[in-house]
Amino acid sequence: MRHIISLLMENESGALSRVSGLFSARGYNIESLNVAPTEDETLSRMTIVTSGSNEVIEQIIKQLNKLVDVVKVLDLNDGRHIERELMIVKVKATSKYRDEVKRISDTFGGRIIEMAETTFTIELTGPTSELDDYLDSLEKSSIIETVRTGALGIGRGDRILKI
Amino acid sequence: MKPEIITGAEITIRSLQEENVEFVFGYPGGAVLNIYDAIHQQNKFKHVLVRHEQAAVHAADAFSRATGKVGVALVTSGPGATNAVTGIATAHMDSIPMVIISGQVPTHAIGSDAFQECDTVGITRPCVKHNFLVKDVKKIASTIKKAFFIASTGRPGPVLVDIPKDITTETTEFLYPKTIEMRSYNPVVKGHSGQIGKAIDLLISAKKPMVYSGGGAVLGDAAESLTKLVKKLDLPITNTLMGLGGFPASDKNFLGMLGMHGTYQANMAMQECDVLLAVGARFDDRVISNPEHFLKNPKKIIHIDIDPASISKRVKIDIPIVGDVDLVLIDLLKAYQGLEKNHNKKLISPWMEKIKSWSDTNCMAYKDDGSVIKPQLVVQKLHEVTKGDAFITSDVGQHQMWAAQYYPFDKPRRWINSGGLGTMGVGLPYAMGCQLAFPESQVACVTGEASIQMCIQELSTCKQYNLPIKIITLNNRYMGMVRQWQEFFYGNRYAESYVDALPDFVKLAESYGHIGMKIEKYSDIEDALKEAFSPKLKERLVFMDFITDETENVFPMIPSGKGLSEMILADDE
Repeated sequence: MRHIISLLMENESGALSRVSGLFSARGYNIESLNVAPTEDETLSRMTIVTSGSNEVIEQIIKQLNKLVDVVKVLDLNDGRHIERELMIVKVKATSKYRDEVKRISDTFGGRIIEMAETTFTIELTGPTSELDDYLDSLEKSSIIETVRTGALGIGRGDRILKI
Repeated sequence: MKPEIITGAEITIRSLQEENVEFVFGYPGGAVLNIYDAIHQQNKFKHVLVRHEQAAVHAADAFSRATGKVGVALVTSGPGATNAVTGIATAHMDSIPMVIISGQVPTHAIGSDAFQECDTVGITRPCVKHNFLVKDVKKIASTIKKAFFIASTGRPGPVLVDIPKDITTETTEFLYPKTIEMRSYNPVVKGHSGQIGKAIDLLISAKKPMVYSGGGAVLGDAAESLTKLVKKLDLPITNTLMGLGGFPASDKNFLGMLGMHGTYQANMAMQECDVLLAVGARFDDRVISNPEHFLKNPKKIIHIDIDPASISKRVKIDIPIVGDVDLVLIDLLKAYQGLEKNHNKKLISPWMEKIKSWSDTNCMAYKDDGSVIKPQLVVQKLHEVTKGDAFITSDVGQHQMWAAQYYPFDKPRRWINSGGLGTMGVGLPYAMGCQLAFPESQVACVTGEASIQMCIQELSTCKQYNLPIKIITLNNRYMGMVRQWQEFFYGNRYAESYVDALPDFVKLAESYGHIGMKIEKYSDIEDALKEAFSPKLKERLVFMDFITDETENVFPMIPSGKGLSEMILADDE
């Protein structure tokens, strides 16, 4: 099953490689991994999307906790949470496509951030599955380039990851 | 008093002194010249110059295994660090607390492919508990403090501190922190009282209980409380290879070692028990073999371990207790006090009978017609001659298993070997670490003619520091364990396992300034050992080359992937 794991770790050089090294060394899946400093600049927050059986996910959480630089780990799938990913897509927008691309993008709440002569560049946020749906809705051959952040997540209500 | 202003190199040395380090095992080189210059001007700890960095780390590792203190090694950048990697990985697999200081090229040269540069922090990351690159002279002291703290607490392990050369010449105030707090690192030491209560209830109601203890019981200095608990509840117990000495081998409750080359009774009891208490052990492949087969006989498992990640890693655990094994065992004993009067020890009588019937198979018997030297007999005689009280180090292979099987250990920290990584070549440097830690004790390295050649250069170190180690080489002209697998599973095709072109070990030992003995006759075994361990040779290293039966195999044996109860016994051959 797919899990979104959030963690806080010391914002030190090499922190990212400790986590990515752990996943490759132990043969765990990584669907996406996102990292940036938090409002407290001594801490980085990482969001990892992974998949595996309950036993594997349990081991992943334990192994992450074992890393000396990791301060706190939260499996967002243990409770209610919000998931968002940002995607920027460049699509063909020649005359016959222009209206359709705009219509589909509006439906998904996408924002056209650049209208060039033959292309549109569209920004879209949402859960990963919604971004996948958006891409599926477009004519496959019209997609020129996509770039995605991987999922970010946060707990709902009083589910908080903070030290 | 105003703090002194000193160089980074001096801070490094002073920090090691603050940690009461007794020995630093190392090898100099360009990037650590300043640190060595500072060592030259101090006499609080002793530097031991090895002949290869791998041996520096192994010796420091053994010093730690034998004493329980943090072992310290010092190597230069580039090849110094890469040579150390095998030693670091060996210590990491067996959870040995160590601090390794490595030199690094100057900070301005990092990343430029400078002479003797390598990404030491990157290379060692997967085989250390933690590592640091110190880029600021002001951080040397606090980083070394952290390194010792991390290495020695929680599940222990090696910590590497990489120090660029320019940082060792810069100066700053020296203030060694008294304590250290890390928000990201707080190992749990006290076991959960609810879990402890459940565990003791389960243990005393079991009809077929079994205790299995590992390296964690030795490293956690829990042998005494483990022995108390097992004796008090009168339970059968087995030790893993790493756990030997954690419970006295001569005690009637001891079933011998378990695992791939464990005893019939220990493996059968592990397989058929209904309640298993695992103490500082990790259910690894060489111990329980195939986990599905292991769980075919339903059992409730209680697992005490300092490392939460060890719990339910290979086998699902019913009652996990995370904490320091010694403290948890003491709490278990306390919990038992209130229940002792309700404990019907007769409940397990049929089980003990069954175990006795397994023991009666006498699985450790081997054929011996008194002609060719049997390796098992050499180990048994070694046990006799040293009165079972020596520090025994081993390399890796058949001789390691025979040492574990035929030298019963009654005390912890006496059996020093590489269980996890299985590193050939550790035996001699391990013996060096033990002998330096305990100069008055007998130290024997049980090895093979293949393993000993992997760190043979250390005979020179032994001469320089007058280390009177006794090397017991079980010379069967083969990489014995490789040959055994080739015999069993590869149709007797002995690919590259014959050890050809062997040196004359007697002359070799003599050329290093030691005593060499070649023992070819069965009748000479005991006399030769007695001579080697005699007061006359107390101050000398003796290299004993025993020419043993080249066809001998280690039994019992569980073929890889098979179940604990699917052993091949000597009689099956």
